[in-house]
Amino acid sequence: MLNINNLHVKLEEEDKVILKGVNLNIGPGEVHAIMGPNGSGKSTLSYVLSGRDGYEVTDGSASLEGAELLEMEPEERAAAGLFLAFQYPVEIPGVGNMTFLRTALNAQRKARGEEELSAGDFLKLVREKAKTLKIDADMLKRPVNVGFSGGEKKRNEILQMAVLEPKMCILDETDSGLDVDAMKLVSDGVNALRDGKRSFLVITHYQRLLDHIKPDVVHIMAAGRIIKTGGPELALEVENNGYADLLAEVQ
Amino acid sequence: MAALDAQSAELEVREGVDRETIETVNAMAGKYKYGWETEIETEYAPKGLSEDIVRLISEKNGEPQWMLDWRLAAYERWLKMEEPRWAMLNYPEIDYQDQYYYAKPKSMDVKPKSLDEVDPKLLATYAKLGIPLKEQALLAGVEAPEGERRVAVDAVFDSVSVGTTFKAELAKAGVIFCSISEAVREHPELVQKYLGSVVPQSDNFFATLNSAVFSDGSFVYIPPGTKCPMELSTYFRINAENTGQFERTLIIADKGAYVSYLEGCTAPKRDTNQLHAAVVEIVILEDAEVKYSTVQNWYPGDENGKGGIYNFVTKRADCRGDRAKVMWTQVETGSAITWKYPSCILRGNDSQGEFYSIAIANNAQQADTGTKMIHLGKRTKSRIVSKGISAGRAQNTYRGLVSMHPKATDSRNYTQCDSLLIGDKCGAHTVPYIEVKNNSSRVEHEATTSKVDDDQLFYCRSRGMDEEEAVALVVNGFCREVLQALPMEFAMEAQSLVAISLEGSVG
Ligand SMILES: Nc1ncnc2c1ncn2[C@@H]1O[C@H](COP(=O)(O)OP(=O)(O)O)[C@@H](O)[C@H]1O
Ligand SMILES: [Mg+2]
Repeated sequence: MLNINNLHVKLEEEDKVILKGVNLNIGPGEVHAIMGPNGSGKSTLSYVLSGRDGYEVTDGSASLEGAELLEMEPEERAAAGLFLAFQYPVEIPGVGNMTFLRTALNAQRKARGEEELSAGDFLKLVREKAKTLKIDADMLKRPVNVGFSGGEKKRNEILQMAVLEPKMCILDETDSGLDVDAMKLVSDGVNALRDGKRSFLVITHYQRLLDHIKPDVVHIMAAGRIIKTGGPELALEVENNGYADLLAEVQ
Repeated sequence: MAALDAQSAELEVREGVDRETIETVNAMAGKYKYGWETEIETEYAPKGLSEDIVRLISEKNGEPQWMLDWRLAAYERWLKMEEPRWAMLNYPEIDYQDQYYYAKPKSMDVKPKSLDEVDPKLLATYAKLGIPLKEQALLAGVEAPEGERRVAVDAVFDSVSVGTTFKAELAKAGVIFCSISEAVREHPELVQKYLGSVVPQSDNFFATLNSAVFSDGSFVYIPPGTKCPMELSTYFRINAENTGQFERTLIIADKGAYVSYLEGCTAPKRDTNQLHAAVVEIVILEDAEVKYSTVQNWYPGDENGKGGIYNFVTKRADCRGDRAKVMWTQVETGSAITWKYPSCILRGNDSQGEFYSIAIANNAQQADTGTKMIHLGKRTKSRIVSKGISAGRAQNTYRGLVSMHPKATDSRNYTQCDSLLIGDKCGAHTVPYIEVKNNSSRVEHEATTSKVDDDQLFYCRSRGMDEEEAVALVVNGFCREVLQALPMEFAMEAQSLVAISLEGSVG
């Protein structure tokens, strides 16, 4: 599904290298987790994959179902099936959440040569998805992320994911700032989308989330590289011992 | 569940509005949609301005002596006046002798008795503009909703009114809706009483010029206690080359009356600048209410600032009676130069004025626009919401005056003035003037300036929207409060206009 090969990334404006040769292969239906200390480049990786400005790829490649990702515009990547649940979802004053979602969905459908969804069908779809995430009509009506609590913002990201039905979902610290109940809602939302074909890359600091969303593979990222890859037990190890031992091991 | 359904229904409506925007943007890809010209034989008054021209215009309109005298007095005055240059606008000297002051399609020589007799070329022009001159249709682009809403139209083409719809039906309600030239002939008592009573002849250079040479425009009178049975609108089309348009609109809402009035305007694409100097006067008596909405879409000139309309407009409402209310809503997307300050004189006690504005300046456009709220009566209230958007190399200035006179005790004003910049070669300026001459009144002013945020655009794009869609969405969000103040018909048009006017402003 997603293949990242020797990816090197620096900041466009400064001579700061952030990713120093990332390799990652996620097969269809697989759930991978990336853990790692703050500043190790996890968000940068997710931004570069989804096409945000400000980064320069100096080496390596990334592809989604064989299609070169790095050549595409952000909206083309979205239409191709890539989705990023932002660590810090962005507020858009004055734009209703529903309007935003419908514009996004129809833009993707159009880009894929599919028919646009009518207002009625769209409403039905959103209501159904919103219900499982306990998102009420009021939240759908409010401007995108404006005045949302931390938990509401994250649930809203998952709602977008559920409506857009991407093939490859990247979740960047979707669990941070969530209380136990919200974490359960979000994980249930994610698990409901696991259908054996859709793949996930879950970036997190905590084992907690991985109790709910069981990963197939866990990677540890530090200083712009994946320094260790293992099974779910690797997450437990981090939870118990922290990163210090792992970092020392590598050095 | 019922409550939820009701909410969703409302959602869908707004939803539709936004869809329209996006679709229109995509379909039209940034072309000024109304830039074509109608090939029609046109009769001009000789070029330039003189007493003879003023007399000729008056004669063409079949005016009585008092009207001619009024014009001539204005002309005399105008000769001694100087063009104001205090606005933040940069344009070459206007040669007032190098243009025509009167142009009318030959086929309008004999005034058509009904719309059926109007020259098919003119009817086709309005059809192409999406303005229905048939009596059952709505403004273009809107499907007839349940309990369909109708809009009466006065269509002004260059210097003449081509026709006015629904006149008979409106007359049944006692509403007079006709061209101003017709009103001068048919309702002289009303015109004499109110013309120039809100915007006096001497008001300013452009208003004085208009008083001398105005050719046509609309006249509205709503009798006491009457809610106008439908929305009224005037559509101004400039077609003739090198010709100024000077329309004059007079609206009178008698005691307890209500009317919602819409104004639209477009012009062909031309390399030369054209002058438009209109005057709108609104008289609002006790307990009456007028809503005046404009979507101004004059040709803005090309990317390099060649051509476009010079728009110098004086609009003013006088809340003459107690509890009178006025609401101005304007979406200014066109014109090379915009000089326009729709104002409210809050004379009656407890009267209210509101001003909602979106002014977009892209490429080389310049806009200097805002409002004046003159509080004279006790407990008067005003509210100003201004959204200025600048892109390209455009300059956009909000200029507003809030004045609380000594007798306007316990009055309130709230002003919110937001500017949005797209790119780094454009400018936004806010020039508020505030005068408070009593101790019990309160004036609040809030102003913000922001840039279209890259994070917002990236967020939208990461969800599948292309850059144009993303900008349209973010900007429409920025303007939301004003768009919502517009009647439904206009809200859609305005939303798509917002997007289209910004075409090419990013990337
Ligand atoms: N736009 C940027 N400007 C400056 N520094 C940046 C930028 N983006 C990322 N960085 C830096 O790159 C490193 C990796 O950041 P990030 O990818 O956010 O890490 P993580 O998500 O793993 O905490 C950090 O040192 C961060 O400060
Ligand atoms: Mg991060």
